[in-house]
Amino acid sequence: MSTTTRKPAKSAAPSRVDVRKTYKLYIGGKFPRSESGRSYEVFSTGRSPKFLANAAQGSRKDARDAVVAARKAQSGWAGATAYNRGQVLYRVAEVMESRRSQFVAEVQAAEGLTAARAEANVSAAIDRWVWYAGWSDKFAQVLGGANPVAGPFFNLSSPEPTGVVAALAPQGSSLLGLVSVVAPIIVSGNTAVVLASQERPVPAITLAEALATSDVPGGVVNLITGVTSEVAPWLASHRDVNAIDLTGAADAPDVVWGDLERAAADNLKRVLRPAGSGVTAVEPDFTAEPGLERLEAFLETKTVWHPKGI
Amino acid sequence: MPTFEYAPAPESRSVVDIKSSYGLFIDGEFVDSRGGTPFKTISPATEEVLAEVSEASEDDVDRAVAAARTAYRSWSRLTGADRGKYLFRIARIMQERAREFAVLESLDNGKPIKESRDVDVPIAAAHFFYHAGWADKLAYASLGDNPRPHGVVGQVIPWNFPLLMLAWKIAPALATGNTVVLKPAETTPLTALLFAEVCQQADLPPGVVNIITGAGTTGQALVGHEGVDKVAFTGSTAVGKAIARTIAGSRKKATLELGGKAANIVFDDAPLDQAVEGIVNGIFFNQGHVCCAGSRLLVQESIAEEVEAKLKARLATLRVGDPLDKNTDIGAINSREQLDRINTLVKVGEEEGAVRWAPECELPANGFWFRPTVFTGVSQTHRIAQEEIFGPVLSVLTFRTPGEAVAKANNTPYGLSAGIWTEKGSRILWMADQLKAGVVWANTFNKFDPASPFGGYKESGYGREGGRHGLSAYVTTGATK
Repeated sequence: MSTTTRKPAKSAAPSRVDVRKTYKLYIGGKFPRSESGRSYEVFSTGRSPKFLANAAQGSRKDARDAVVAARKAQSGWAGATAYNRGQVLYRVAEVMESRRSQFVAEVQAAEGLTAARAEANVSAAIDRWVWYAGWSDKFAQVLGGANPVAGPFFNLSSPEPTGVVAALAPQGSSLLGLVSVVAPIIVSGNTAVVLASQERPVPAITLAEALATSDVPGGVVNLITGVTSEVAPWLASHRDVNAIDLTGAADAPDVVWGDLERAAADNLKRVLRPAGSGVTAVEPDFTAEPGLERLEAFLETKTVWHPKGI
Repeated sequence: MPTFEYAPAPESRSVVDIKSSYGLFIDGEFVDSRGGTPFKTISPATEEVLAEVSEASEDDVDRAVAAARTAYRSWSRLTGADRGKYLFRIARIMQERAREFAVLESLDNGKPIKESRDVDVPIAAAHFFYHAGWADKLAYASLGDNPRPHGVVGQVIPWNFPLLMLAWKIAPALATGNTVVLKPAETTPLTALLFAEVCQQADLPPGVVNIITGAGTTGQALVGHEGVDKVAFTGSTAVGKAIARTIAGSRKKATLELGGKAANIVFDDAPLDQAVEGIVNGIFFNQGHVCCAGSRLLVQESIAEEVEAKLKARLATLRVGDPLDKNTDIGAINSREQLDRINTLVKVGEEEGAVRWAPECELPANGFWFRPTVFTGVSQTHRIAQEEIFGPVLSVLTFRTPGEAVAKANNTPYGLSAGIWTEKGSRILWMADQLKAGVVWANTFNKFDPASPFGGYKESGYGREGGRHGLSAYVTTGATK
């Protein structure tokens, strides 16, 4: 696809030729290539960008397949106990910790950070899973409860997952931002179709590998790499998507978040708008404690009434 | 079943004093419209003209929003306790003038006086009383850090519960420190205009509540107005989607309370006489002009014939007629337009092969009326099983297993409410978990309370009204920008 030429690395004769990875999508617990057969070159951030990978360039069909996988997984994931979901999210943190050096190297390359800042970023991303893991069996008590109605009725409001949530992962914060978007979606029992940062997809693919080995059921998180402006409109207008997180619209080339929100109105998706003011979208600071706003954005309140009597 | 003859028992109209024409309520007083074309509001039971009402023009919308903006500066700085006291005053005045509100509502809307008197008006007053108490306790409501108002709220409400929807909208908005521009439906503006008088009696600061009358064009101007920070709408899903598109790409917040096609599910172990009452209440309350109406009856196959027979016997006793008669069960259809829509869909139901049944009953010569109607032999693909009719028309479907009941109940783009009738507790809880609906009534139906969140899943809209959850739609949280 590109004609960029690369010089062979100048180093002492390597003791062995390393085995490089093919970077693929993550859909329904499997790692397919894009059905379109396309890929695009990904480079590091910094003064002299270095070739990192040929990432799969996901298509409309890939996005639709991902929605089908997410829908199929949704009732099972929502039906798991909150304790179980908490343990699964905690397991993601454990698995990330065990691949920590890989994440640090990839975040450093993707975002052009110092080693120390990349370390801090990865630590925060792992800790964010731990934070949300603990919320799984607590938010329902915090956000729901008994309602004292004026009559002889038992009346209880409980939060439930909205369903299938599409998410534009942040363009800048390739791992911490991604985790900060995905964890609050799935902790309550939603399933997710995530568009990774367009130019920084490598940490996302590695996260998918961590998810695949963390007891997260296939289809709960589906991850598509590619061109955000190409795939996002199909997710925004998809009739079987219940909500969309537009956080990653900030700094995404050729993406107007208002257009995506307008398309989302076709089936009244719940929309989490990007941060910023007016039409300007900015990427939020993901190092701050998240609060409950993201978790609440993808919940429905169900209220059940029953008469009391003898 | 014995039948009883009832002598007419009309509620007196003398308690209301309807003016021949009304202005717009802007900045604390009634003013003339600038350029709007006045329109008439009629009694749907007699087609008698009740009053002439102003149509708010774009200019008027500007004025109302400006008044709300000016009032916001001081209203939002008032202590919560003082805001609460105004709301308590309003609640009390509504209770004092309850009969007046009830008669006016039944005249303008066509609903039976027993419903406006026992449901609409008391619950409307209760909403103000409930939210009054929140005004100085927002910091305890777990809404997030530093909860504060959005600013000016634009609210558009429907004709099915005119005063009650006004209360659902205005009470939480004011309690949280917002100011309001509200547009009632064009066929039912009178109780909102009477409410404006209540605001005057309560000495509510001018501009905190502005009531502008008009139709869809006025509503669009309000929703799209750049001075409006938050939109709250109750009405059809089609208009709800249009509003969502209008505000897309802006920072305007919205809550949308839209249509429904609720399943009322009756299992073979249900207490059938109670269930039949619940079915009747579910679809014939307020002539079926209810977004959460139980318009699809899902009855377990083994008891379908028995339930059908009981239902028909019960329907034969319903009294259709004068909304002001205290014995009336079913009043007038709110407008000719709505009656046409009901007739159209009922015709489609017959053409698609469902079996139509309605009891014999005499209908008044004038006004808009529709007999309580039941369709049997309905399948899921029929339009009368998919589309909201918003009238006294019930579609009956059957099921065999709880799983099938859930699948059929959820097979709709809507998700506002659902009903479950069974004596088995574990089944109620399992069903309640499975149903994609914001409100689930088990062994009851159509219950509302200010403390109980109301609102839908999927295309029934988003946001909740009522309770702690309803407050959150009217505040923003987090660090001050």
